Amino acid sequence: MPKTSYSKPMIGATGETGSWRTFDPVVDYDECNRCRTCWLHCPEAVITLDEDGTPHTDYDYCKGCGICAQVCPKKCIEMVRTDERKRRTGEV
Amino acid sequence: MKTELMSANYAAARSAVSARVEVVAAYPITPATTVPEQVALLNEKGIFKGQFIRVESEHSAIFACIGASSTGARAFTATSSNGLLYMDEGLHWAAAARLPIVVNNVNRSVSPSWNIHVSHDDSYSKRDTGWIQFYVASVDELYHTLIQSFKLAEDERVLMPVLVNSDGFVLSHTVSTFDYLEPEEVDKFLPPYSPPHYVMDPENPVSMGNIVFPEFYEEFRYGMHEGTHNAAKVYKEVEKDYKKLFGKYFGGPIDCYMCDDAEVVFTSQGSMGAEAKDAVSELREEGYKVGNARIRMIRPFPTDEIRKLGGRVKAFASFDRGVSYGFGGPVANDIRSTLYHTEHRPMVKSYIGGLGGRDMTVTDIKEVILDTVKAVESGELGPEETWHDLLE
Repeated sequence: MPKTSYSKPMIGATGETGSWRTFDPVVDYDECNRCRTCWLHCPEAVITLDEDGTPHTDYDYCKGCGICAQVCPKKCIEMVRTDERKRRTGEV
Repeated sequence: MKTELMSANYAAARSAVSARVEVVAAYPITPATTVPEQVALLNEKGIFKGQFIRVESEHSAIFACIGASSTGARAFTATSSNGLLYMDEGLHWAAAARLPIVVNNVNRSVSPSWNIHVSHDDSYSKRDTGWIQFYVASVDELYHTLIQSFKLAEDERVLMPVLVNSDGFVLSHTVSTFDYLEPEEVDKFLPPYSPPHYVMDPENPVSMGNIVFPEFYEEFRYGMHEGTHNAAKVYKEVEKDYKKLFGKYFGGPIDCYMCDDAEVVFTSQGSMGAEAKDAVSELREEGYKVGNARIRMIRPFPTDEIRKLGGRVKAFASFDRGVSYGFGGPVANDIRSTLYHTEHRPMVKSYIGGLGGRDMTVTDIKEVILDTVKAVESGELGPEETWHDLLE
């Protein structure tokens, strides 16, 4: 046991915190203009960008706060219930 | 070592110089104000070489010390009464984060009623934070106990913060001689702090204060309990080294005076314990077998010493300059519970008084001791608790 709790930066030091989520952000890529506003505002830094600026959310760690959807100037990020998103993508 | 003439507060500021404290973050509150005031002055003169951080509150003062200590710096602050209470969250944090911060609490009564004079209620209320607690009886003892406290707090077996309490005005603003040590002299005793665990370092980042769920939380708390417990043993080593190097010794966790053959022992915390020596001397001259046990350390509680003493006395007259409302004298009750599992259980009479700075003179202390002597002679405990000098 260490004397007190501390951790070195690593992916998933506290487990896959994406399990805390109720709503998932889903980007409408036809509408998205690659402005990167969501990437800039994400408090968990779970949005990564392709070279052209296309955002991708890491659902293993996204906590579903919905800030990306709020700040999106094009309003093309929809917060969808986790099970609904999974049905749409065929994960369930 | 050279003799200086200063108030306890100025001497406390000097201890920050001698111990090569790297960060002092403080907010003024009477009667502690002149500690940071003096640190600021010494900083301006280039005598205190650490950082002096002016903050907007005691809450910020303790958290600035927490930040500093988290980077591996030696941190110190001073406060009083409501200021100490405002630090509360940070006190718990510092202990659980195992940060060896040293704080000089200049004991002052808690408001209301508004009062700037001494009571021990402020620091008594911090007994359960994990902080090691000392109570001192002279300017010299404050200065040297503060230096010793860094060594104690930084020991890997302890790694807990220390609160050194000194009575407001009675000590804080009373000028007396003390033996000052230059930082070069203290170096022999106190090496630079090197944290045995994480430090906050931008080159090698860590995250602290992380979420710990039920699987491990209890184990961290047990570690704190162990650390504070270990302080009893480690402090003996610290005192031994200190005595060898500088010839200074203040009596261990309990400074006993004429206790060897005593039938009644008077216990108290803080400056009253010095006054009580005179009371005991006078009573000895009058033929009473009494002694004085000045309790210097209340956390960890000196259970071994109390049991040893309890095994040979007939009664304790235990004086508290503070109250646990609805239960009584905090240290008196600690003495009682310490003795519960021993074969020989002497009487423990609890006295509460000297609150809000009401003077506790030799005459008052003699009166308290004689009340316990009377109980021993009659074999009747009488009241478990007496408020000394309480007006009708």
